[in-house]
Amino acid sequence: MATATHLVTPEDAQTAAPLESVVVRFAGDSGDGMQLTGGQFTLSTALAGNDLATFPDFPAEIRAPQGTTFGVSAFQINFGSAAIETAGDAPDVLIAMNPAALKTNVGSLKPGGLVIADEGEFGARNLAKAGYESNPLEDGSLAKWQLIHFNISQLTLDAVKPFGLGNKEALRCKNMWTLGLALWMFDRERQPIEDWLTAKFAKAPELAEANIAALNAGHAYGETAEIGGQLHQQHLDPAPAEPGLYRTVTGAESLSLGLVAGAQLAGLPMFFGGYPITPASAILHHLSRLKEYGVTTFQAEDEIAAIGSAIGASFAGSLGVTSSSGPGIALKTEAMGLAIMTELPLVIVNSQRGGPSTGLPTKTEQSDLYQAVYGRNGDAPMPVIAARSPADAFDCAIEAVRIATQYMTPVMLLTDGYIANAAEPWKVPDMGGYEPFPVRFHDEAPAEGESVNPYARDEKRARVWIKPGTPSLMHRIGGIEKNVGTGHIDYAPENHQAMTEMRANKVLGVADSIAPQDVCLGEPGGKLVVVGWGSTYGPIHQAVRRARRRGLDVSHVHLRHIWPLPKNLGDLLRSYDQIIVPEMNTGQLKTLLRDQYLVDARPLNKISGQPFKIAEIEAAIEEALS
Amino acid sequence: MNEMTKLTPKDFATDQEVRWCPGCGDYAVLKAVQRTMPELGVKPENTVFISGIGCSSRFPYYMETYGFHTIHGRAPTIATGVKLANPELDVWIITGDGDALSIGGNHTMHVLRRNLDCQILLFNNEIYGLTKGQYSPTSRVGTRSPSTPFGSVDRPANPCAFALGSAGRFVARAIDVSKQLPEVLKAAHAHRGAAFVEIFQNCIVYNDDVFASFTAKENAGNQLWLKAGEPMLFANGAKGITLDREALTLKVVDVADGDWEAAGVLVHDPKNKAVAHMLVDMPFGAFPMALGVIYDDPRPTFESAVVQQNAEASAGKAPDLQALVGKGQSWMVTKEPHAI
Repeated sequence: MATATHLVTPEDAQTAAPLESVVVRFAGDSGDGMQLTGGQFTLSTALAGNDLATFPDFPAEIRAPQGTTFGVSAFQINFGSAAIETAGDAPDVLIAMNPAALKTNVGSLKPGGLVIADEGEFGARNLAKAGYESNPLEDGSLAKWQLIHFNISQLTLDAVKPFGLGNKEALRCKNMWTLGLALWMFDRERQPIEDWLTAKFAKAPELAEANIAALNAGHAYGETAEIGGQLHQQHLDPAPAEPGLYRTVTGAESLSLGLVAGAQLAGLPMFFGGYPITPASAILHHLSRLKEYGVTTFQAEDEIAAIGSAIGASFAGSLGVTSSSGPGIALKTEAMGLAIMTELPLVIVNSQRGGPSTGLPTKTEQSDLYQAVYGRNGDAPMPVIAARSPADAFDCAIEAVRIATQYMTPVMLLTDGYIANAAEPWKVPDMGGYEPFPVRFHDEAPAEGESVNPYARDEKRARVWIKPGTPSLMHRIGGIEKNVGTGHIDYAPENHQAMTEMRANKVLGVADSIAPQDVCLGEPGGKLVVVGWGSTYGPIHQAVRRARRRGLDVSHVHLRHIWPLPKNLGDLLRSYDQIIVPEMNTGQLKTLLRDQYLVDARPLNKISGQPFKIAEIEAAIEEALS
Repeated sequence: MNEMTKLTPKDFATDQEVRWCPGCGDYAVLKAVQRTMPELGVKPENTVFISGIGCSSRFPYYMETYGFHTIHGRAPTIATGVKLANPELDVWIITGDGDALSIGGNHTMHVLRRNLDCQILLFNNEIYGLTKGQYSPTSRVGTRSPSTPFGSVDRPANPCAFALGSAGRFVARAIDVSKQLPEVLKAAHAHRGAAFVEIFQNCIVYNDDVFASFTAKENAGNQLWLKAGEPMLFANGAKGITLDREALTLKVVDVADGDWEAAGVLVHDPKNKAVAHMLVDMPFGAFPMALGVIYDDPRPTFESAVVQQNAEASAGKAPDLQALVGKGQSWMVTKEPHAI
């Protein structure tokens, strides 16, 4: 999904040969270390210069009963020598560590794809737990795929024997054996993984050595085993990329870094109030380690205290930030109203997950758009922006801080479980290229005979920000309606009308400071536009690219600013004959666009907790243009 | 403050018209606070009053300091952010029995256990005033109100017992119109850490005279004012509190001729938490109402620990944003596509 960094122009996209890419899925029991294996394979892929996108898919349960289908944890990676923007529709290779992993994942494997299974785990008990009546490795039921099975468990035990580990600990090295095999399959260096293992087990060198031995054994197995044509080595050339320094980044990481960068560009210390919730907690974890950047983190007693403390910190002159996921955002709603009413800067990050209620805590969805734009009591306008990819979350976080501090308003930053957990290569930004937007606190005492007016405004309608501790500017703010001129309590009808309009117009005015909406693939005007927001970027972009390559007149428009919308968006949308809006919800942006522009935006919805497949969007494009 | 003109109570009053019901106990508390502030030697600009929702929570609008009238029950959360963002500020939380113990009970507990340096003034009138008279979490069983026309059936919370149980390190009680209120406020301010003060406040409209059994002039003998190092005497020194060593409970004893030692009357030690628990739990009627500073035993505050940890974690690390964004395992892409 590293679109910002790859040199693929729309022309390239139309002329390039079919992409050379491979999709691999590692699947095993929750305790098998599949996420770790996937993460390290991702790193080796990035170091080999391939572009990539990943999709970690793990159960909500911390440790579901071993061997069960609901305890299966999977990690999918799509990598290749051209731009990769999704984790791939269907795997080419499935590595299944037990029967449950095979059962839950084999159905999505491409016909003719390769299954590698650990036969050591296919005993009667595990087969029964997965609901197999006979052993699929032997009964021919996997005939439409290529199947290789060997006893990875035993091979691992043999490899780590010299280190004297207990049986359980020794079997834990299975994932490194598997990773070693995968590294051989795709012609990868082992050294970075060995370095990582040495560092990880610095306090238990025998574990480091055992894991490295398992890694090497897996690699050697690939090299020497005579399995025939099925298991062969593949080499993918590095993807063409803009020169520069790269690293892999997950959305949670880049968003955290963006918040830190935003606070620095605003010249403010940052206060982050959070409460643990999946999948938002990673942001709290990342920021807790960055104290030298003027970051104070506070794990509050609940979601309300998390936002309350952030509002208090903003009142005291820090950049207040809070973060959560749908259910937690719901709890913060009343306090958001307070921040809107008192016009304090605040960034609220929502890492969306499947809802409503507890819903699908570890699965992705983009069903909180209504909640973000409309979901508060009263006329409570708030800017909303949405990140499209892990790397994009960095710039979106800076943008959220800019709007919050320049307009004295809470801002909601939407990301989702997919973006938060997925990794992609990221071209390390040059921080010198970002324009600072320093905050200026109001500190001039009022003239003789005049009183302090905390609701005095600048040309953008942003009210003054006065830090407690500033002499002669003592004032009181609060959630009760205030007089438009003085800031004192005022319930008068005409005053409420004036203040409500003031708040609405201030937020609409944010549109003056954002770039006009661009067309990210295709051209303004034409037969069809696919409009997206958030993490559907990858599949929409690839689907539009494929359709255009086949000569279809279709363009891709992807929104970062959900509220207020870019000023030219209405005209842009009206320049196409048809509009399709793919969303991982039942049609929320679609409603917003219809409401704002009276256009015939048609929904394409997927609410399964899984990202869109390219093919699903491609099919919708074809249908619209047929 | 030495070089400055001494401030007066007027310097702490805003020009806003006070809008409580005539005769409300809140006026007395407001006056007591405004009278106390100059004696604390604090600067108005370094003082922040933060309130939730309810009659008492209008308080900040009347104090010429920084103020934040927040949302119901959440004042401790906003106060926590204010204090962590700027530990130099002197933070006062103004709350009521419904605000602090019903909707905001969770936050009250956590601000106390964390020991944020602040003063918490809980105006307890045992009723919801602003919403027109429903019973509150401190209302006695049988309280008749619009929502409990046949009398309330749930047992009340004891604010000071709640504060002690939440690991509060300063717990005091006072009465809205009492002359001792400023002294209690001063002690609360002097305590570094969360200082919890329950103020019995008369709601003249919905719960008039609910505390008269110990606040009325003729019932002053039912007030036990505690002072560090002094015997626990009440009823003009005719009675005292002693320890029933067999039952491990407190007991009222008669004191003859002022010889409290002979009667075994306890001397108040505000650091004795076990006795503090017993004092706040004394059933009124058989016992007097314990007032004044019941417990005062400071320990390091939350914000000082946060500041210290932030400093230690940052020590020797120069913030370098460019280095931060490039951290981790990275690789260079040169002009030519490269292979490792």
